[in-house]
Amino acid sequence: MNALPCLSLIVFTPWAGALLLALLPRISGGASRVLALVFSFSTLALALAALGSFDRTAAGFQFVERHAWIASLNVHYHLGLDGMSLLLVLLTGIVAPAGLLGSWRQTRNPRLFGLLFLLLQGSALGVFLALDFFHWFLFWELSLVPAFFLIKLWGGADAARAAVQFILYALAGSAGLLLGFAAIYAATGSLDFEGLARLAAAGTLHAKLAALGGFWPKAVFAGVFLGLAVKVPLFPFHTWLPSAYAEAPTGAAMFFTSILSKMGVYGFLRILWPLFPGPLHAASVPLLWLALGGVVFGAFAAMRQSDLKRMVAYSSVNHVSYCLLALFAVTSASAGSGATRGDFSAALSGALLQMFNHGISAAALFFCVGVLEARSGGRRGLGDFGGVRTSAPVFAGLCGIALFSSLGLPGLNGFVGEFLVFRGVFGLAPWAAAVGCLGLLATAMFLLTFWQRVFHGPRAGAAAGSFADATGGELAVLVPLAALMLLLGILPQILTAFYNPLITTWAGLLPPP
Amino acid sequence: MIPDYAGLGRALRPEAALVAGALLVLGFDLAAGKRGSIETRLRAATAIGMAALLAALGLNLHIGLAGPVFGGVLTLDALAFGSRLGVLVLSLLTLAIAAGAARRRHPAEWVAVVLFATAGFTLMAAAQQLLLAFLALELASLSLYVLAGFDTDRAESAEAALKYFLFGGMSAAFLLFGFSLIYGLTGSIDLPQIAERMASPSPSPLLAIALVMVFVGFGFKAAAAPFHLWAPDVYEGAPAPSAALIASASKLAGIALFTRLLWPALGATSENLAASPGWLPVAAAVSAASILVGNLGALAQGNLRRLLAYSAIAHAGALLLGVIAAGRSGPGPVFFYAATYGLATVGAFGVIAVVERSGPCQKITDLAGLHRRSPFLAGCLALFILSLAGIPPLAGFYGKFAVFAAALQIAGFAGPAGWLALFAILMSAVALYYYLVVLKQALVAAPGPNANPIRVPLSAAFALAAAAAMIFTFGVFPPLLLGFF
Amino acid sequence: MSLLPWSIYVSFAGALLALAAGRRSAAAARWVALATAATAWGLVLAAACRFTPAAGLQTVADAGWIPLMGIRYHLAADGISLTLLVLTGLAATAGILFSWNLEERAGEFFAFYLTLIGGVYGVFLSADAFLFFVFYEIAIVPKYFLIAIWGSTRREYGAMKLVLYSFAGSALVLAGLLWAYAAGGAHSFAIGDLAAAAAHFTAGEQRGMFALVFLGFAVLAGLFPFHTWAPTGHAAAPTAASMLLAGVVMKLGAYGCLRIALPLFPTGFAFWQPAIGGLAVAGIVYAGFIALVQDDFKFVIGYSSVSHMGFVILGLAAGNVLAAGGAVLQMFSHGVIAGLLFAVAGRMVYDRTHTRRLEDLRLLHLGRLLPFAAVVFVIAGLASMGMPGFSGFPSELTILIGAWRTSRAWAVVAAFGVLVAAAFTVRVITVCFFGSAGEPAPAAGTHPLPPITLAEKTGAALLIGATLLIGLKPGLLLDWILPSLHSPLFTAVLKGGAP
Repeated sequence: MNALPCLSLIVFTPWAGALLLALLPRISGGASRVLALVFSFSTLALALAALGSFDRTAAGFQFVERHAWIASLNVHYHLGLDGMSLLLVLLTGIVAPAGLLGSWRQTRNPRLFGLLFLLLQGSALGVFLALDFFHWFLFWELSLVPAFFLIKLWGGADAARAAVQFILYALAGSAGLLLGFAAIYAATGSLDFEGLARLAAAGTLHAKLAALGGFWPKAVFAGVFLGLAVKVPLFPFHTWLPSAYAEAPTGAAMFFTSILSKMGVYGFLRILWPLFPGPLHAASVPLLWLALGGVVFGAFAAMRQSDLKRMVAYSSVNHVSYCLLALFAVTSASAGSGATRGDFSAALSGALLQMFNHGISAAALFFCVGVLEARSGGRRGLGDFGGVRTSAPVFAGLCGIALFSSLGLPGLNGFVGEFLVFRGVFGLAPWAAAVGCLGLLATAMFLLTFWQRVFHGPRAGAAAGSFADATGGELAVLVPLAALMLLLGILPQILTAFYNPLITTWAGLLPPP
Repeated sequence: MIPDYAGLGRALRPEAALVAGALLVLGFDLAAGKRGSIETRLRAATAIGMAALLAALGLNLHIGLAGPVFGGVLTLDALAFGSRLGVLVLSLLTLAIAAGAARRRHPAEWVAVVLFATAGFTLMAAAQQLLLAFLALELASLSLYVLAGFDTDRAESAEAALKYFLFGGMSAAFLLFGFSLIYGLTGSIDLPQIAERMASPSPSPLLAIALVMVFVGFGFKAAAAPFHLWAPDVYEGAPAPSAALIASASKLAGIALFTRLLWPALGATSENLAASPGWLPVAAAVSAASILVGNLGALAQGNLRRLLAYSAIAHAGALLLGVIAAGRSGPGPVFFYAATYGLATVGAFGVIAVVERSGPCQKITDLAGLHRRSPFLAGCLALFILSLAGIPPLAGFYGKFAVFAAALQIAGFAGPAGWLALFAILMSAVALYYYLVVLKQALVAAPGPNANPIRVPLSAAFALAAAAAMIFTFGVFPPLLLGFF
Repeated sequence: MSLLPWSIYVSFAGALLALAAGRRSAAAARWVALATAATAWGLVLAAACRFTPAAGLQTVADAGWIPLMGIRYHLAADGISLTLLVLTGLAATAGILFSWNLEERAGEFFAFYLTLIGGVYGVFLSADAFLFFVFYEIAIVPKYFLIAIWGSTRREYGAMKLVLYSFAGSALVLAGLLWAYAAGGAHSFAIGDLAAAAAHFTAGEQRGMFALVFLGFAVLAGLFPFHTWAPTGHAAAPTAASMLLAGVVMKLGAYGCLRIALPLFPTGFAFWQPAIGGLAVAGIVYAGFIALVQDDFKFVIGYSSVSHMGFVILGLAAGNVLAAGGAVLQMFSHGVIAGLLFAVAGRMVYDRTHTRRLEDLRLLHLGRLLPFAAVVFVIAGLASMGMPGFSGFPSELTILIGAWRTSRAWAVVAAFGVLVAAAFTVRVITVCFFGSAGEPAPAAGTHPLPPITLAEKTGAALLIGATLLIGLKPGLLLDWILPSLHSPLFTAVLKGGAP
């Protein structure tokens, strides 16, 4: 255990910032924005500092903090960092300040906005670092509250309905999650993820749950599954997403797509898979179809959108479903199916990379749509723009990088993740890979349409008049993100180095080829 | 056996004091009262009357638990001692309240009749012989008829007295007939001997008739259904202090006598308590009917006095349950209940009497805004009404509790007494409703348009405060009252 | 520990003092009342600091009272009592702070209020069934007057209904207790002695006695379908009274079930267990749905109280240590949360806007006019939903776990109930405080509402602090509660402990 509780610091510093903002009711707008930004950057700073002491060769959790908390319920305050969480913490550290900068211009009550944003950031970090269900669920649920208010108070025309739908869906899923873990606790007496994973590996967890008899063990699995599936979201539990993302203010939308959805995927990888390998395997074919549904439906639905924000929202569904596609393909493999260790590693590595890369590129895309919306005075339809490339070349170029990264162009970061996912899935469940290609096709279509209609052709719509090029503030966000996209496209090893031991461990648990 | 006249004389000293007091009141008023105003005459009369009562009280305490007197005609056991004490205190409170009530004519005569009634009550409480019991009962009843009709200004008072007299006379006839049948069956008028002879009863239909007669007589006295029809009219028509005495002391004395008569005298004929033969089912039926009629009747009332009358009927039912249970648990519970019920009733009528000084107090709404007109009266009334409702920590609660506990100890729910207790407990929720209706007017409602502050005369204030204090104290420390059982 | 009985005496004395002080001025009455409530609470907290959890009751006062019937003045406390005593003090003090603006007949108000508090303290400390019943009934009559004199809509009807239901419930309890007393040989009313005697009763007797006693207490706890008095009564009551009624007095019923009904009649409990559990979960969901369609702010909260008490009863019905511990924790948690909710609805909103209809409140944009109230209500709403970080979560989690061990179906329905609770809470928050985001700002003619006073802020801070503290460190209370549930009185009726 380290002398400095750096993980606790990472989680609670944004909350400390929120508290500070709450206690200074008469602070000016500008000062509150700066304060929020500073605290938001703290995550990145602390994460990079921790990176120095991170041991890339060790599997298992590092910087572990474990204290007794509620002795009578066997609950501990347990935080830990491994490769996957490190990736997600870094992602949060990058996207959160970008999100704040993305909503820098909105003038209504910036103090409250910053406060809620920091609360959201802290909760997300808590989800990625907590290893005991009690406070993991605390962070998971608490993230809903600032998200709700961010949509409701600064959102678009239909914000009220979108916010309520969002929170009720999420709470419905959480109810299932809560029930599932109540059952697990009743059977095993523990809520600790590590401990439960060990029990599951030894087969004890399955045996204890099977003691319930009837359909109850499946119900427990279903409850936990539902809670996580709503968050990702997995088709068909995604219907809350388009409205929520479209109505949310730019910064919040960036955070949602990059981080909130990854909370769900993280949950699948950290909780559902280690605890329920058996049921996952049994249900793998239907689950693969669901993931494919997300991939294909998300892409095709995006194609039919004329609202740019909704288009990007649906494309989020598509991209995140790739991660789950990989996971389900991995769990579908049974012994002697001919799948190689390389397939497993590829799929899992692809899933992790896709999480990070999509986070970056989707955030950038929402930012770009936000800029377009701001320039045009509130319009963001596909037909409201034309020839932006001519009036704002720098902006168009950076936007183009984001678009093509999302498309999966080799050389940009989006390609690596998708490639690995398909490589792995092809080896594990070839038919799924084939169907998934439809999604790739549709993605290409709508993203290219976006590119062509908005940025190319004669200047039209909002771009017909004055359309300023990227300002300093916008460049401050777009340039680093674009640089990351380029860098990680060429040197993905930077990231893979963090989680290689983890992949090895995971692959080791899978049935031998 | 030489009759022990000296012992009899010693035992009857309280009664003697009362009669002497009555005569003194009349004499004083005749001699000196013509010159004074009604107020002064009233005050003088009540003062002498209270002195007489205090003397009787002191004598009673001095005599203590003397046991059988004059060959068993009287017995001064715990029940008699307690009941006599209770009756004397209740009469004392009545007189104190009367001193502050509305003016009336013939104050001295009123006080004298009250004292006669009290003498009748004390004899009833101690009687252990049928003849003496009847005599005492008649003395008390005749006095009460007169008291009921004392308010010659109002037609209701005369109507009340007439009804009371007619019903009472008829029930006295029933009672006498029943007593004579008992004498015929057992050959004795002494209760202990009757008890012995009843242990092996000759199968005879006359026994059943005798029991029925006795029950009718006492049922009337206690205002139990279906012999309750006189009660609402009498409570409504009689002047408030008279009603106070009728409602409180006569109940206590009547219950004491009835208990002594049934246990152990007729106790043998109750026989095999869980099964049918004997008077127990009859008693249970009368009790149940009283509780039902009393509570349901009170719900519909808009007149305060009639409400109190119906609640008295309901309480009579509960007291009867206590009498039934007295066979196994002794007279302690029912005595406590009756005594504290008496205190609460005297208090309630006392409040009514004081309120009547500044306006009519017949309808419940006449109490509106009492909390503003006289917080003292409102507080006292709240205490009395809540005691009647059976709310702890007031005495009424413990009385009910003890009676119900005794009833359930007979045979749990295997016998009628248990079910009766359950019924009574559930109906007490109904009772709370109408008691709260009264308190709502007194404590919640705003005063009416022509309502003015009420000044409480000193004697009445003392009486009400004393009654309230007693109710609270006995409620918190029941052993104080039960100490001698 | 011997300080604990003084909380009762101080409260009763304070009631008389407040009555007298009210003759001088309303302000004098208020300060006397606050001092009394704070003192009583302070005594409880002082005793709590020195409390060492142990299985079984620790006697704090024992004197002969009515030897004829085997009744003793016996006060005792264990972890469960202490938890609820702390809650009572907190709710009482906060309630007085939220009544700081009361002017009419203030002395009488606080007299009734403190009498009620004294009775409640007495119930939680009684170890003799007769004494328990006496204090329980003392608490009934002040409720009537508090609602009938100082309440709002339909106050006389609401007051009468509430009191009659409570009294009817207590009548059933009396019948059951007397039966048990008589059948056990009528020697003693001490809870331990009654339990020992009851062990020899026949199954039929146990079933009947349990039914009477449990039903009688459960009516006060708001068991479906005998709960209809609660929303009407609480909505009609003045703020401080509804805080206390929903927050503490409903817990008297549940406490009676736990302290008397369960230990005395384990066989009876086992027989009736499925029915109780079924009614409890039915109440959770039914009340939740009714709350979802209510038009009156206070009625929403009233029904939400019934729903939360359903959780408490479910915890008791599950019949194991963990669930029962969760039930006691939920009693504390909901007591605080209900206090907050009624404080906002009654004192902060209704006293200022004079309307409770959601449609009217929607137009007022209270989120901007009363930001403090909005924040407090959001926090209270989150706590009420069972959001982790607040006291509702650990209690609902433990109840779910315990309920799952007994019946999976119950746990599933209860979890659904959590969702329904979230739905109606979100609805009422959005409608009352945040209108609709896109609507234009209200006309400039809207005059500002009176600001939130210091007394209200203090009260809110106390309650929020409590729910946060227990939400983050439920161990503070669980360490008291769970050992008490291992006492000999409970071993016959509650299964095992945490694994």
